[in-house]
Amino acid sequence: MNKTIITVVGKDTVGIIAKVCTYLADNNINILDISQTIVQDYFNMMMIVDANKSEKMLATIQSELKAIGEEIGVIIKCQQEDIFNSMHRI
Amino acid sequence: MININEVIETNEMIEKENLDVRTITLGISLLDCIDSNVDKLCDNIYNKICTVAKDLVKTGEDISHEYGIPIVNKRISVTPIAMIGSAACKTTDDYVKIAKTLDKAATEVGVNLLGGYSALVSKGMTPSDELLIRSIPEALKQTNRVCSSVNVGSTKTGIDMDAVRLMGHIVKETAIVTNECDFPGCAKLVVFCNAPDDNPFMAGAFHGVTEKDLVINVGVSGPGVVKTALEKVRGESFEVLCETIKKTAFKVTRVGQLVAKEASKRLNVPFGIVDLSLAPTPAIGDSVADILCEIGLEYAGAPGTTAALALLNDQVKKGGVMASSYVGGLSGAFIPVSEDQGMIDAVNANALSLEKLEAMTCVCSVGLDMIAIPGDTKETTIAGIIADEMAIGMINQKTTAVRLMPAIGKTVGDVVKMGGLFGDAPVMPVNPYSCDAFVNRQGRIPAPIHSFKN
Repeated sequence: MNKTIITVVGKDTVGIIAKVCTYLADNNINILDISQTIVQDYFNMMMIVDANKSEKMLATIQSELKAIGEEIGVIIKCQQEDIFNSMHRI
Repeated sequence: MININEVIETNEMIEKENLDVRTITLGISLLDCIDSNVDKLCDNIYNKICTVAKDLVKTGEDISHEYGIPIVNKRISVTPIAMIGSAACKTTDDYVKIAKTLDKAATEVGVNLLGGYSALVSKGMTPSDELLIRSIPEALKQTNRVCSSVNVGSTKTGIDMDAVRLMGHIVKETAIVTNECDFPGCAKLVVFCNAPDDNPFMAGAFHGVTEKDLVINVGVSGPGVVKTALEKVRGESFEVLCETIKKTAFKVTRVGQLVAKEASKRLNVPFGIVDLSLAPTPAIGDSVADILCEIGLEYAGAPGTTAALALLNDQVKKGGVMASSYVGGLSGAFIPVSEDQGMIDAVNANALSLEKLEAMTCVCSVGLDMIAIPGDTKETTIAGIIADEMAIGMINQKTTAVRLMPAIGKTVGDVVKMGGLFGDAPVMPVNPYSCDAFVNRQGRIPAPIHSFKN
């Protein structure tokens, strides 16, 4: 199963997680794990999701999440998990 | 499972430290295009490249988006054209016709550079090799995307000094005929010793005859990532320094391996190698010279530079080889001048000379790279510089290369402006004393004693 990593970076504000989760629920994307931290005053959130049941292509999900991010003033990225596994796991 | 700190680390490397995959290069054999009619040959070449490479650029972009890693260049390397054209080409114009065909095909499939307008003449030149070499200035003038390379020596064969002498002339001639062009032709012309068959980096890439019909080779980069990692271990011992470089090189190479495998799968083309080079760009923070400074030098070129570079190059290889099953190409630290802002600064501060660069090439890949020299430098002097560099490669059993740019009408203190990935080159002084009598001797330098290993 290909997992996808969604990252949200920006200034903390009310409703970031709600917005992102609503979008994911609407598009049948299952959240497997969520974690968040503050790095140098910036809000950092990471979600590991399963987007295999979504009808949308990854490229569409990427651009729609990016647009939501722009609305609320954060950067939302969506990447296949493999790049992180390659780099950090032997 | 992946944790948030690992995700943040990877994304910071990409966003702030210029981590990228420098190139996906599709190697294409043109041996099955050979024909004795030059027009038919050109048709065959055009059709083959446009067929097999039609999805290359799009695939590269798809992978880039899905993983969130920039893949800067999508490129093609082909079989050395001196072999492909030997039955058909009777004049240099025939070869230029092939060059224009390659340029047209590169434009059609959307790759920014295509390498392989090449001849391999380490022991001697066939008439066809010599014709191709003589056509290089005009070919580079009339094309935008074609890159040329000539291998004039190897550890096994020695150095073909007739070819070296000819290349002294060709480099100068290329500078003269492309002087009015937007872009110096010499930036797309490399002279090699021990040229690898699977190098994905331009301008020296070609698809060797030892390779399969098609192959995907990937070049990774990441000087900025190494530099940033080293900032965190200032003042620490050599052991810590080396460990840090190795770990970083491992991570960078793994990304290259992933991209190479993925591109290979999607294009249905076998995966060849990952070239784990530190390839700088003129972007601030993407500099090999800056790594040398971070290791502890005031400027690249200061005493200690060769040792620091040797250490860097070796640790990059040690970290990288574990990250990929097949490492090849040039794999090491590149030290071009114009493409590295730290090198340019070092030249401008008079910290770095041609002679020091030559010493540095003994311990890293590849050679005297992207160096502007005064426009009035004699052809024999250029040949002498090439011969020196080839000798280093031959004796040390490594790849060395020369990419010099005689700056016509310019002298020391002037700057050759190219922009983009190629950067700006300050014109560097060349030793004024003559080597005419040496270069004008006929024949070749014999293979060194350690080539007799049979």
